[in-house]
Formats: sequence, C-alpha cells, structure tokens
Amino acid sequence: MKRIRTVLLPPALAIVFAALLCAVALVISGDSPLTALGAMITQVGEGTTAVDIINSGAIYYVAALAVAIGFQMKLFNIGIEGQFRLAACVAAIVGGALVLPPVIHTIVIILVAAAVGALWAGIAALLKAYRGVSEVISTIMLNFIATGLIAFLIRRDTFGLLQGNNISTAPIPESGRFPGISLGSSGTIFGMVFVAALLGVGYWYMLGRTRFGFELRASGESPTAATAGGVDARRMVIIALLLSGAVAGLVGIPELVGRDFAYTLTSPQGYGFTGIAVALLGRNHPVGIALGALLWAFLDKSALALDNVGVPREIVLIMQGSVVLSVVVAYEIVRRYELAAEQRRVSAQLRAVPVPEQQEVRS
Amino acid sequence: MTATAARPTVSPPASRRRVPGWARTMLVVAAGLVILSVTATLTGQLQLTSRGTTQAAVLLLLPILFAGLGGLWAERAGVVNIGLEGMMILGTWGAAWAGYQWGPWAAVLGGLIFGALGGLLHAVATVTFTVNHIVSGVAITLLGLGVTKYLSTLLFLPVSQNPRQSPRVEGFDTYSVQPLSDGLAAVEAEQRVLLSDVAGILGGLVSGLTPLVVLGFALVPISYLVLWRTRFGLRLRSTGENPVAAESLGVAVVTYKYIAVVASGALAGLGGAALTLNPGQLGYLEGQTGGRGYIGLAAMIFGNWRPGGLLAGSALFGYVDGVQLRAGGEAVHALLYGATILAAALAVLWVARRQWRPAVVALVAGAVVYGLYQTIDTVPREFAAYAPQLVTLLVLAVASQRLRPPAAVGEEYRKGEGD
Repeated sequence: MKRIRTVLLPPALAIVFAALLCAVALVISGDSPLTALGAMITQVGEGTTAVDIINSGAIYYVAALAVAIGFQMKLFNIGIEGQFRLAACVAAIVGGALVLPPVIHTIVIILVAAAVGALWAGIAALLKAYRGVSEVISTIMLNFIATGLIAFLIRRDTFGLLQGNNISTAPIPESGRFPGISLGSSGTIFGMVFVAALLGVGYWYMLGRTRFGFELRASGESPTAATAGGVDARRMVIIALLLSGAVAGLVGIPELVGRDFAYTLTSPQGYGFTGIAVALLGRNHPVGIALGALLWAFLDKSALALDNVGVPREIVLIMQGSVVLSVVVAYEIVRRYELAAEQRRVSAQLRAVPVPEQQEVRS
Repeated sequence: MTATAARPTVSPPASRRRVPGWARTMLVVAAGLVILSVTATLTGQLQLTSRGTTQAAVLLLLPILFAGLGGLWAERAGVVNIGLEGMMILGTWGAAWAGYQWGPWAAVLGGLIFGALGGLLHAVATVTFTVNHIVSGVAITLLGLGVTKYLSTLLFLPVSQNPRQSPRVEGFDTYSVQPLSDGLAAVEAEQRVLLSDVAGILGGLVSGLTPLVVLGFALVPISYLVLWRTRFGLRLRSTGENPVAAESLGVAVVTYKYIAVVASGALAGLGGAALTLNPGQLGYLEGQTGGRGYIGLAAMIFGNWRPGGLLAGSALFGYVDGVQLRAGGEAVHALLYGATILAAALAVLWVARRQWRPAVVALVAGAVVYGLYQTIDTVPREFAAYAPQLVTLLVLAVASQRLRPPAAVGEEYRKGEGD
C-alpha cells in the first residue's frame, strides 16, 4: 500500500498539477480547457493516431532507456541527440550501399547504428574517464559537431543524393527493411516496436539480475562505497556511456527501416531531449519509462487535434515541460512526507516502549 | 560536475621570480596577438585580424559572455545551471515583447526580468525542493521553449503575422570611441605586419559599440569585485564551497543561493536580450539561441569558474565563430596554421621548464594539425560552422585537469543537515 503511494502518487499529482496549470493558461488566453481536453481524448480513436502514439512511444522509449542507463550511474548523457542522429545517418549510408540477404541486411543496419552511437558516446566516455571532462559539456559539444558531420556526410559530393528539393542518402533496398504489422486504415505498427520492448526487458534484467547492473547502481548510489567494494570507477564510466550510446544509436532506426528508408536533411530531431524528459517521468524504471513514453507521445499527437479546434498547439509544450518539473518536485514532496510520517511512527513506538533503544531514523 | 579536487592544492613556497597574474594575462594576450599576426601575414588571410572580424566576434561573444556570467553566479553558490539555455530563450522573448513596444532599454529590462523568472523557478526546484540540478535545468529549458512558443502565438502572431517571429524591435545605435577608432583604422590600412593586426583588433573593440556591449564587458570586473572582494560575495561563494560550514557560521545559505540563481537567470536573460537586440537581427526568432546557453556554460568551465577566464573562453568562441562567419572555411583553415605555431611555442616552453611529457604531446599534436593543414585546402563549410564547439572540446580535453570547480557544486543541500 505504502509502496503504491510513494510510486504512483507523485506522477499522478504532477499530471494533475500540469493539467491545471495549462487549464489556467488556456482560460487566460480565452480558450476552453474542456474543449481542449475533449479534442485530446477523442483524437485517439481517429485515423492512425493510436498507432502513431505507439510508434512514437517506442522511439521515445528507446531514447529514454539510453538516458536511464547513464542516470543509474548519475551520468548525464545529454548527447543522445547527436548519437542517434549520427548513427541513423551512417546506418542509412551503409544500409543503402550494401547488398545482403533480407534478415541479415536489417541486422547489419541495426548493428552499425548501435556501433556508431557507442563510438560517438565513446569520445565523451574517454574524455570523462581519462581527462575528467564533464560528460554534460562534452556531449553537448558533440551534439553540435554531429550536426556538422551529418551535413557533411549527406552533401551531394559525399554520400547525398538530390531527391526533389531535399537531400537524402541512397534509399535502403527492400532486403534491409523491417516489416511492420499492418492494421489497415489504422496504420502500421513498426516492427522495431517489439525490439524496443525487448530492450526494455534486457534493461530490467541487466539492472536487477547481473553483476554489472549491480555495480552500475552501486556506483550511482555511492561511488566511494563502490570503489571500496572493488568496482573500477573508470571502467564503469566507459562501459555505461558506451552502452548508453549504443542504445541511443537505435533511436532513429524504427523510422529508418520502417518508414523513411533513407536519412534526409529533414529527418526528425529532438528525440534525445524527449528521452531525457521521459526517463525523468519514468524514474528510470522500465515500466515507468514505457508509461512516460506513451504519455509523451499522446501529448505530442494532441497538438494537431488541438489545432483543429482552434486551441494553440503550443500548450502541449507547456504541459510537457511542467509535467517533468512537477513530477520531480512531487517525488521530493512525497519523500519528505513519508520521512516525516516514518519519524512520527518511530517516535511514537519509542515512547510506548519503556527502555528506548538507540535507533537511527534518518535516511 | 563531480568535485574532483576537493582539497585546494598547496601553492609551492614562493617560486623564484613569480610573475603576477595580470602580467601573465598580458603575456598570454600578447603571445596570442603575435601568433595571429604571423598567421595572417604568412597565410594571406588578412580577415583574421581585421576590424570587421573583431566587431563580429564581439557581437557573437556577447550572449555567450552573459550566459557564462550567469553560470558563474549560480555555480559559485553551488547550483549547476544547465537551464541557462531555457532562461536565455525566455530572455529573447521578454526582450522582444518589451522592446517592440517601448524601445531598446525596455528590451534589456524585459530580457532581464524574464530570465530572472526562469532563474527563480530553478531556485525553487533546486534549493527549496532539492531536485537534481541537471534535471531541473533540462526541464526549465523544455518549459522555456514551450512558454515562449505559446506566448508568441498569442501575442506576436496578431502583430507580425508569424508565430515564430516578433515584430521588428528597434536596436541601440552603435557608436565608436573617437578619435581612437579612426586613428586605428588608418594604421590598419597601412598593412604593416603586427602593427596593423593589433590596430585591426583594437579597432574592432572600440567601434560599433552598443550600450549592451559596454554593459557586458563591465559586468566581468563587476562580478569579480562583487564575488571576490565583498563580504556578500564571500558568503555567496562559501555556500558553494561548503554550505554546512557556512550555515554554522550564521550565513543564510538558502537566501544566498536564491539570490545567486535568480541573478544567474537575469544574466542569461540579458544574453537573450543581446541576441534580440543584435544589429542585423529583426527581433525574437524561434530557435535564435541555438544552444548558446550551453556554450556559455562551457565557456565558464573553460575559464575555471573565474570571470576573467570565462571572458577568455567566450572571446575564443566568439572569435572563431566570427572568423568562420565573415571569412569562411579558408580562414578557419588558416587558424590550423596558427594552432601549429601555438603547439610549437608551447613545446618550447615546456622543454625550457624540463617538462618532457607535455612537450612531446604538444609537438605531436602540432605535427598532426600541420599535417591536416597541408592535406586539405579548406575546412568544409559544415565543419567550419562548428569550429568553436570543436575548439572548446579540445581545450577542455587538454586543460580540464587543472580546473577547480566550487567544492559543493551540484550537491543537494538541506537546511540544518549539519546539525
């Protein structure tokens, strides 16, 4: 009971608070919050929205997992953005150039993406481990540099082709594509959605059931205790960031092998930052992240529906930003409340027992 | 962000003929000028030291300088402020909104207030609710983006017919320090080695000024004096070094942290105003900040959490950016030549000090850069645009181990936890 309260109450509070905040903003600007809410809910049943939410949710899920791996060790990989974009770009180039039998082709594309993501994160990992450069700053700089590198890679005199008025890489042939599940007029679920789910299971297993996962969490909880216990801090930093980068490399793959089949100048951006927000919402827990990813995708898709009923779509961004901030504040408030309740309970027990024992109640 | 060097290093007992700090700075600046001048002369890239490049560099470094100062104030009080980017976005919007109605000074104030509001939010989250600083910063950046987009649709769309843009904001008039500016221009036109180069750079610094440029440069010594030479500053910094000890001495830690973080937001907001009021800028434009808040933070780390250092960091950034914007890939290519000279000079310096390992590293790095210089004719446009970020990364890789962040930066502090 208590566990449910500490785990589920804060996000619920945060969502209600963010919704109230948005309702106030809408009322001030002269729009009806109820119309907005109605439009947001009814859109789910219309057209391909439900499938779109699942597909986007899977992408956000992978991005958030990548962030969460770093978070476990208190490493902030802000560079998911650069890692996934560079990985998708290189994977598209490799996938478009190779001729391979069907399944192997797709696997090669996925592996290339993971390797490139890990490599790009590896720069930050080495800088952190051997030169003490904060990974926050180095990954942000690497994001910028990745943008330049991508622009260079898809130039027409390197690997780019002119398609209409957009520059793109050579299209990936049929053999490299990942078939999805078609639901007729409701859209097609990416095959990669299931890979994302598998990644979630793998993440859960790694954290809870392996020695590496234990060392990762121990290093995050208390670096000094972990070092005393024989964990090599430098090695952990490198492995954690490489792993985070490898997962980040997969973020762009669902759309690459399931819908676009090429990397273009207008390929999507911003998933890296969404991943950070979703990982925070889900508290780095594999199931929590899944719920957070779906919520985020739902809010994203709401923008269009809100536009149709004349409500400024930007309210969704405010909702997303305030939900993240309020969820972290809500966890802190509930934690403090629980701590105070615990202290009251213990002190009441101590008063009841005639000979008080020495007891440490501070967390 | 982890406190790597918790213990201050003990300075060696009175090393022989120690050069005072200001003299060292002058020496470094002079050496930089000489290297640039030699590079400009030998490669024929006169744009490297021209007045126009320096003017562009000053305008480009200004937002980064403000953001860096913002980072300095927050981190000196122990709060990591990665939300600078979000506060800067808020600043650009606030400046444009106030600016198009009431003129440039209102724009400065508007940017300041909007940025400070972002800072206040960060303070509430990190100081009162002890939320992780990075988490709160990322959330504030998201929120800043959302709020400004929403407000732009609401308030700018009816006037400018474009939800991504504000109506035209009147900027400051530019002025030059006369007769110094004209005199330097004359010297620059004579094309004499070194003399004309120095005149070009100085000329860029005393012409095309706006009140905001002056304010930005003035805030560097002001921040130093306030933070290092007043009682208030000592207390503020003590909350970033050891909040528990500060509290035991009667310092109102929470109040100081609030002041610092709100000031930090205000400074970031000023950076936003500087972007909006930049000559040649129409006003607010969505995505205008382009990550300059983060770059400001990097400039501050580059500058070892000191005002002078962060000025150098943002100058480096603004300069490389100015060079690539004004003269393109070939001028950036010429900078590779300058980097080779720098590496060789450093190698000589280290050999003279009998430090063999860094000397070898510098020599190898110089050889690699020179090889790169010889093999390519120009730096591709796509890389030239991100040269500042690359330089930052390289400098951090070389210098980060000598940096000393405030001891308690990024740590959660709860009132009364030392009892």
